[in-house]
Amino acid sequence: MLLIDFVAYAVAAVVLMSVGAWVVKRGLVAVTADRRQHLLRTTPLSAYFGLLTIATYVLVAIFADLVAPFPERDVLGAEYQPWGEAHILGTDNLGRDMLSRLIYAARNTVGIAFVTTALAFLLGASMGLLAAVVGGWVDQIFSRVIDILMSIPQLIFALLLLTIFGTSILSVVLVIAVLDSTRVFRLARAVAMNVVVMDYIEAARLRGEGLGWIISREVLPNVTAPLIAEFGLRFCFVFLLISALSFLGLGIQPPTADWGSMVRENATLITFGDPTPLLPALAIALLTVAVNFVVDWMLHRSSGLKD
Amino acid sequence: MSPLLSMVLRRLGLGLLTLWAISLIIFFALELLPGDLAQQILGQSATPETVAALRAEIGLDRPPLTRYLDWLGGALVGDFGVSLASQREISELIGVRLYNTLFLAAYAAIIAIPLAVSLGVLAALYRNSLFDRGVNVFTLTSISTPEFFVSYILIIWLAVQLGAFPSISNIGPDTTFWQQVDRTFLPALTLTLVVTAHMMRMTRAAIINLLASPYIEMARLKGIPRSKVIVRHALPNALAPIINVIALNLAYLITGVVIVEVVFVYPGLGQLMVDSVSKQDITVVQACCLIFAAAYILLNLTADVLSIVTNPRLLHKK
Repeated sequence: MLLIDFVAYAVAAVVLMSVGAWVVKRGLVAVTADRRQHLLRTTPLSAYFGLLTIATYVLVAIFADLVAPFPERDVLGAEYQPWGEAHILGTDNLGRDMLSRLIYAARNTVGIAFVTTALAFLLGASMGLLAAVVGGWVDQIFSRVIDILMSIPQLIFALLLLTIFGTSILSVVLVIAVLDSTRVFRLARAVAMNVVVMDYIEAARLRGEGLGWIISREVLPNVTAPLIAEFGLRFCFVFLLISALSFLGLGIQPPTADWGSMVRENATLITFGDPTPLLPALAIALLTVAVNFVVDWMLHRSSGLKD
Repeated sequence: MSPLLSMVLRRLGLGLLTLWAISLIIFFALELLPGDLAQQILGQSATPETVAALRAEIGLDRPPLTRYLDWLGGALVGDFGVSLASQREISELIGVRLYNTLFLAAYAAIIAIPLAVSLGVLAALYRNSLFDRGVNVFTLTSISTPEFFVSYILIIWLAVQLGAFPSISNIGPDTTFWQQVDRTFLPALTLTLVVTAHMMRMTRAAIINLLASPYIEMARLKGIPRSKVIVRHALPNALAPIINVIALNLAYLITGVVIVEVVFVYPGLGQLMVDSVSKQDITVVQACCLIFAAAYILLNLTADVLSIVTNPRLLHKK
């Protein structure tokens, strides 16, 4: 395959998704009643594009066993076979089916990135809310420690910690979750700070409510909107970071299929001008763009801008 | 003492403090290891005697605090000790590679900064036009794509198909300066593409923010052409945020450099670090980590200081 074909396929994928998004939007607007129709109609096409793309990825990841023509790790023939009848996207450096690995990688890469982001949120958001609600020296200690952790570049810090803990999936997930929770902490604390000064928090405190109640029932419901939007953005960063580590050979380890390491394993083809190994990178880029579109739309909605 | 000077000094002090805290983290992260370094090197099957001997050889039998002070003292004068994997002096391994990495980062910066600032000014000038929309799409795409994607696309297009630049940065001791400029072009271009989008976006935002101020309206009402309003009136006041963004992106270059160096087999510090991580060569990783972190902090510090210094409100006493 040549670069020009690759670009054509990439453009075709985007156009297909856009047309799909347009059809879905029209369809939904046509079948819904008046009251809900307004939301569906005012949602921009880019958000439909994002949601449709994310839905496709999730479906492919869940039903990977049904969608993939071959098993994930089986060697099926010669290495680096070109695109053809038996293997639609050819075979990789060990003779495994490229398309099947691409599909299974959706499960592995997206799944691991999702779990990592969720962990980072659990950790970062609970610490951030705690710091904001308790205040005083707890807040000071948390904030200063986080400041220092954040002053080391994330990738570099991850490399240091992975040298120490080894490169198993568990340590990759934990290391990145802890490093990324620092960013979540900052946001959660900043947003919660604005809520903590409200009268109803004062009222809850005077009522004698405990710390757990104030955090989970008074503050949390009022900070979910920005936190959910941030979840999307953090997912993109975690996803790119894990892919980068896998690409460097330090993230998800073979024979597990993963988009970052697939690029690395098949990079030889690239020097012959064949961009097939870049399909996983394209998959990464497409998902990140889609998530960004959805986050933009959500931020726009929660900011209350009407236009 | 003038308020400006004291503010700058306070920032510098804070920067040094952060750097010191980081050196603590980097050094004592090793203590988190199950067992210790000697155990780790020799593996599970080592006898207690050999472990003890190795401990004595690499100085692990001394208390952690002494080792830390020795390490820090050495690092300050550029002596990072010995590599565990190759037994070579780390300073010897790092020397040329540090120069190469700085060369690459500076190369990318020289292309990226003028490009980003002028495109940002243009986008602010013609905002909501087709050009502005195009810039928007380009920014989103470049933020969403992994660095290795950009690198390989450039390799296929410029190196394999057009044959204009070498796809592997083969740099040795007898490479001349201009050869190095040629062979480093693709990695530098990749980094440029990665950082330009963000810088441009922030430049545009900083200028547009100012366009709502009364003095800009005044200038416009006087009948000054639009381009002059932006270049003469808005740009000088937007300088502080722009400098900040530039420094932050240069700091971002530091992480970008790691991946781009691996793709292009560029003999720099990032490549060394990645190799050392896979060899579990912890002393080299520590040294690289310290250098990267120091550069990162220095750039952030420079940004802080420059934005204080260029803020006209702080220059004149009330």
